[in-house]
Amino acid sequence: MAEPVQDWTTDYDIFDRAYIKNPFPVWDELRSKCPVAHTERWGGSWMPTRYEDLFDIARDVKHFSSRNVLVAHTQPPPEGSELQENVQHYNVGAPPITSDPPVHTWARRLILPPFSVKSVARWEPETRELCEHLIDGFIANGRADGAADYAQQIPPRVIASMLGIPKDNAETFTTWVRGFLEFGATNPELGRESMRSIFEYLHERIQERIATPGDDLISYLLAQQVDGQPVPEGHVLGTCFLILVAGIDTTWSSIGSALWHLAQHPEDRAKLINNPGLMVNAVEELLRAYSPVTMAREVASDVEYAGCPMHEGDKVLMNFPAANRDPAVFEHPDQVILDREKNPHIAFGVGIHRCAGSNLARMEMRVAIETMLRRIPDFRLEDPDAVTWAGGQVRGPRSMMLVWP
Amino acid sequence: MKVKVDSTLCQGHNRCYALAPGMFQVDEYGYATPRGDGELTAETLPLARKAVENCPERAISIVEDDAP
Repeated sequence: MAEPVQDWTTDYDIFDRAYIKNPFPVWDELRSKCPVAHTERWGGSWMPTRYEDLFDIARDVKHFSSRNVLVAHTQPPPEGSELQENVQHYNVGAPPITSDPPVHTWARRLILPPFSVKSVARWEPETRELCEHLIDGFIANGRADGAADYAQQIPPRVIASMLGIPKDNAETFTTWVRGFLEFGATNPELGRESMRSIFEYLHERIQERIATPGDDLISYLLAQQVDGQPVPEGHVLGTCFLILVAGIDTTWSSIGSALWHLAQHPEDRAKLINNPGLMVNAVEELLRAYSPVTMAREVASDVEYAGCPMHEGDKVLMNFPAANRDPAVFEHPDQVILDREKNPHIAFGVGIHRCAGSNLARMEMRVAIETMLRRIPDFRLEDPDAVTWAGGQVRGPRSMMLVWP
Repeated sequence: MKVKVDSTLCQGHNRCYALAPGMFQVDEYGYATPRGDGELTAETLPLARKAVENCPERAISIVEDDAP
């Protein structure tokens, strides 16, 4: 067990159990007392909590590099290394999330079109059918785990469909992604092992698509050109890794948190049922209030920020979730107001690394919530104290028994 | 009055498009531009203001007709 935190301003611990369950009071304290906190724990990092600071740092890509977006255990490949060598060590990065300009610019253009609003709409009927099917499986029981039996089941299957890989493997993807992101954060060996499994699996699927192209995202990426040259296979591998890893834990956490809120707020359920037009706004508000993702940056060159001497190689935890509850920007930030008028939340980040999958995440959230409310309008938590949460860099419920009449 | 999108700031969040699809359009990368000349009426001004307030990149502005 880690030593309990005495002073959050100089010794915060993003894996503290109580913090994971309820981080909001800590963020309020930090914002007013020490808006850029520091810790030596988990390799050391800085953590801004004010909206303006997150906004500035995210957009200053010169000083704050994305070469390391996780606090633990990933490294970009050595420059000039060969793909074979990289695949062997399963170390090709995850472009463009781990890229800086100029690579970032073309790597991002490559993946934006398949994740545009229009492209994502193609997957909506299948997502809806999946949600219906999941609910069919448990509705008669009068209870189900809203996290494990529902939220967690949705993103891996949608991503598998997009990539053109078998949906039967969805459970395995979830195990790998949790091993990499959730458990891997505090268990580097498991993290590396999970990463190796994902790379190995995707490498095989890419070889299949090179031999037999299909109508899927892997084939699309392989067919693209940059400056008249085909996109390097190692790049496609890294991007597929990103798409699989970034699209599972995060969205599932958002869907889970949204259901957690709605399970405790019958008035908000009623609003959404009676006024379906509110849903688009409501999704943004739920994203704001329960933002799941805290990315990291690495200081590229020594810089003083808000009086803090940041040195090259220091980690900065991009606490977008705390920014989204900053009273300087949001009125009544701790209240969920489904029809909130002013909501420039940065749950998907801000600047050049704006989440490329944001349209997909929104669609999955909206469909998951709509379907749940239509099929089971009156769900609530069986025992609020029994809900378990994952935290660290992705926060969301992991076990959440829901009951209904 | 006109609504404008600064293309050097827009990062394709699609928030304006979701709020006001009749006022904005997005390309395949998600980058937004006003539809037509972006001219606003008393009726559409409040929606444009809402788009300004909800853009995370502060890329949208409302300008007087004679502004550059």
